[in-house]
Amino acid sequence: MPDPLSSDTFEAVVLPHLDAAHNLARWLMRDAASAEDVLQEAMLRALTYFPSFKGVNPRGWLLQIVRNTAYASMNLNRGVELVPMTNGSDEGDDVIARLPSGEDDPETTLIKTRERERVRQMIAALPIELRETLVLRELEELSYKEIADVTHTPIGTVMSRLWRARRLLAQAARRDEAA
Amino acid sequence: MTAMPDCNKVLLVQAELDGELGAAEAASLASHRAECPICQAAAAELMQARALICDDLYQRTPDEARQRVMAALDAARPVQQRRPVAAAAPRSSQSWRGWWASGWSNGASFGLGAACAALLAFFLIVPAMPPGLTEEIVAGHVRALQPGHLQDVASEDRHTVKPWFDGKLDFAPPVKDLAAARFPLTGGRLDYLGGRPVAALVYQRDKHVIDLFVWPAAGAAPPQTAERQGYNIVHWSQDGMNIWAVSDVEMAQLKEFAADWRNTP
Repeated sequence: MPDPLSSDTFEAVVLPHLDAAHNLARWLMRDAASAEDVLQEAMLRALTYFPSFKGVNPRGWLLQIVRNTAYASMNLNRGVELVPMTNGSDEGDDVIARLPSGEDDPETTLIKTRERERVRQMIAALPIELRETLVLRELEELSYKEIADVTHTPIGTVMSRLWRARRLLAQAARRDEAA
Repeated sequence: MTAMPDCNKVLLVQAELDGELGAAEAASLASHRAECPICQAAAAELMQARALICDDLYQRTPDEARQRVMAALDAARPVQQRRPVAAAAPRSSQSWRGWWASGWSNGASFGLGAACAALLAFFLIVPAMPPGLTEEIVAGHVRALQPGHLQDVASEDRHTVKPWFDGKLDFAPPVKDLAAARFPLTGGRLDYLGGRPVAALVYQRDKHVIDLFVWPAAGAAPPQTAERQGYNIVHWSQDGMNIWAVSDVEMAQLKEFAADWRNTP
């Protein structure tokens, strides 16, 4: 008889990673509302696919679903996005230079200091493939291998994206200090 | 700017910083790095970038969004598998407990799941433990252990924690200070169990968190124990309150905690 109280329920396996899912959705999407749409859609997909989930890394699995959902949503809304989805590697400089002022972000209040808000803007201004790699590494603390799995990207590409993301971030910070 | 590093070892410098290199690789990299100004500059830049990142940047789920997601998940579940109380509950998480999850994925197994639940209820949780509540309590505890969810009011002072609940609940939860018994109070939060708001008091034993859920109930009942998913539970009723303690501390310690709590005026 299946144990109805076993720990392999959707609630026990997937729901603990709701924050991780939201974090990624929020960093991928431009505003809180579309992030929540993506989160909800992704959780529903996860619920649907859960019976076939046999893996050992539910967080990576869920993040993959979140990412797919977010990308699908951005494709649907192409043209509305402020930041272009690009595979080009050297777009970051331009994007950093066009940093939004950020006063219309409803989550600004969460970040107490201006510096932190500034860092948030810098990360938000990164091209999406650099941004997601940086967020998965620095905030989710995923391994290179896990990031490669979530983003369907070779590890070598993960490493170079991470490098570019960090370098752009460091450069933007230096520019800030100089200004 | 060139996006790619000028020394082909720069990505290894980064990998080392990220803890992705084995000891042997790290050692051979160290000797290269000592002589490579490009790698030294890269390391400095990476450190600089990393120093900008702080935990505050983590975008946790806002409470309202969480509730809406939970409601959507609940609604997505086949109707016949919903618990009857689900409709009445403001927060849907309460219906995420127990047995349905083993049955929902396959309509045919629903009956079996229900039968199992009935059997379990009969053998394990009769008489005082309502089926599902134990699971719900553990789930509530596990949810609370996620970063940022443990407490809405953080204080070791019961005179701060107790008034915090004023106006948030239709009862005044007893808040006791057990610091002398090595179970210091660290705070409290609102939680939702069995379709009603409850007080959750957070205590600590060494590095373990003990959640104490409190809500009104008639009568008194002696302590009973349970164990689910590696978490220990002691619950009882006293002074018109249902009280459930859940933690990953050993059962003996949790019983000790319960006894101290019961005996503290």
